[in-house]
Amino acid sequence: MSIVIRQAGILTTVQDLGRLGWQHLGVPVGGVMDAVAHRIANLCVGNAEHDATLECTFGAVAVQFEAPALVALAGREVTASLDGAAVPAWRPILVKPGALLAIHTGCRTTIAIAGGIHVPTVLDARSTLLRAGFGGFEGRALRRDDRLAIGEPAPLGGAIAARLDAENRVIGDFSAGWSLRPDYTASPTVRMIEGPEHRSLTAASRHALHDATFRLAPDSDRMGFRLTGQTLALSSELEMLSSGVTAGTIQLPPGGAPIVLMSDRQTTGGYPRLGDVITVDLPLLAQLRPGDAVRFQLTDLDAAHELYRRRERDLSSARRALYMRYAQELS
Amino acid sequence: MWNSSVVPLGDCALTVDVPDAGGDSSQDRIRCLAERIVADAPAGVTALVPAIRTLTVHYDPAQTTFRTLCDYLITSLLSLRVVAAPVRAPIVIPVVYGGESGPDLEYVAAVHQSTPDAIIAAHTAADYSVAMIGFLPGFPYLHGLDAALHTPRRAEPRTAVPAGSVGIGGSSTGVYPFASPGGWHLIGRTPLRLFDARRSYPSLLSAGDRVRFTAISTSQFRELLERR
Repeated sequence: MSIVIRQAGILTTVQDLGRLGWQHLGVPVGGVMDAVAHRIANLCVGNAEHDATLECTFGAVAVQFEAPALVALAGREVTASLDGAAVPAWRPILVKPGALLAIHTGCRTTIAIAGGIHVPTVLDARSTLLRAGFGGFEGRALRRDDRLAIGEPAPLGGAIAARLDAENRVIGDFSAGWSLRPDYTASPTVRMIEGPEHRSLTAASRHALHDATFRLAPDSDRMGFRLTGQTLALSSELEMLSSGVTAGTIQLPPGGAPIVLMSDRQTTGGYPRLGDVITVDLPLLAQLRPGDAVRFQLTDLDAAHELYRRRERDLSSARRALYMRYAQELS
Repeated sequence: MWNSSVVPLGDCALTVDVPDAGGDSSQDRIRCLAERIVADAPAGVTALVPAIRTLTVHYDPAQTTFRTLCDYLITSLLSLRVVAAPVRAPIVIPVVYGGESGPDLEYVAAVHQSTPDAIIAAHTAADYSVAMIGFLPGFPYLHGLDAALHTPRRAEPRTAVPAGSVGIGGSSTGVYPFASPGGWHLIGRTPLRLFDARRSYPSLLSAGDRVRFTAISTSQFRELLERR
């Protein structure tokens, strides 16, 4: 079974949860920008969490299916249609052979397909690393007429599709992880933990970081989000050595406009580190469009870990609940 | 002797500061600590990133806690047996210097009131060590550049530096494994592939390796490029 890209949009790539374990060789983690959207979409089609999906930036994407398939969309403000009829995000959708799925608008929309996008594994992952030109589909962004193979659906995906088919429905009557959906907005407040150089900010800049509204600059990309609206300053110049960075690290380059590191970030950086956006709030950031507003609120490590563990428990419960729902077919 | 600090790097990583101590270099201590962590395989550790004076440990908070890892790292550092890296032959990187391959060689020579030949001689005479890999897959930060070659970075970074370019940035020299933007002065280019995701060990260089450069001609460069 394969799919054909009929319209590629401005940036559509094959992504999964990235390659954590090669950072000592300078390999960026990469992977989806919004891991929660990816995980829930995969769950809706019965996939494993790490199965590869498509990540579409904004909209104007169309995908044609050569065989029946089970599909789910996830992201912020997704509008989509199947052969012209509107379809919702966050639910399984049964697609007939020849059908055309179109994403009209969105931010970073995940398209999960039961069985996952079947591209070769490179360094333990299927995500596309654009800067190094490997992973995903030929190491590059998708183009019109690209044909991608889809893997064999898992038993859960098969059961979801079979029941939809038996009931003569297109759209599933459940949405996995309803309570897990990030509370996307065009002006989120994200929580952050102080970084080592936070204390070196001037008092005014410290105040500005936690009080002002920043806007996402147009030259932001999968590597980093550039913020405008306030420039920040350190009370003295610091001698910095390159050291590890992570998803959500807020760096302060010499110009004073902060950058938040995102999925395709480098593994190490030499700019002052003001703090790190907590993991559970990264999806809110990932789904911003240029011009959207963001504020930063301080929290602490214990609170961040509590939220992280709660989210992992909720995702596990959602998966268990889905298996229960299809226990009959799966037994 | 305890003189390290552990700080959170967000909620899924932490950074251990590992300065020189007790006659052991920071680089040796970081390497031995990383080897020990790999051997112990503590639950929840997902990646290790050695840098110039720090080791960053990535972890999954669903499988471990910051406190557990801190205690483990402090104990490990206190009881760490630091052994010097085995002395291995340097990895030799062939470079065609100047011309189209090294468009900034003349500039670097002019800055140091020297000649391109003298710059090449100094760059190939030194013994370098890989301080860390970062910035791009396989990109080495090399220590050991002759002080006479230290050159401040370009005011305007180039938007596209070809893969294999050998550059000087401040007191470091390095090789761009992939075409990318870059602010270093380009003095030459190697036909070697510094990073190839298809190899079982994808990076030519690792932190701690020794490196030397050797000058080759343009025709040797072409020959090596075809053979790779």
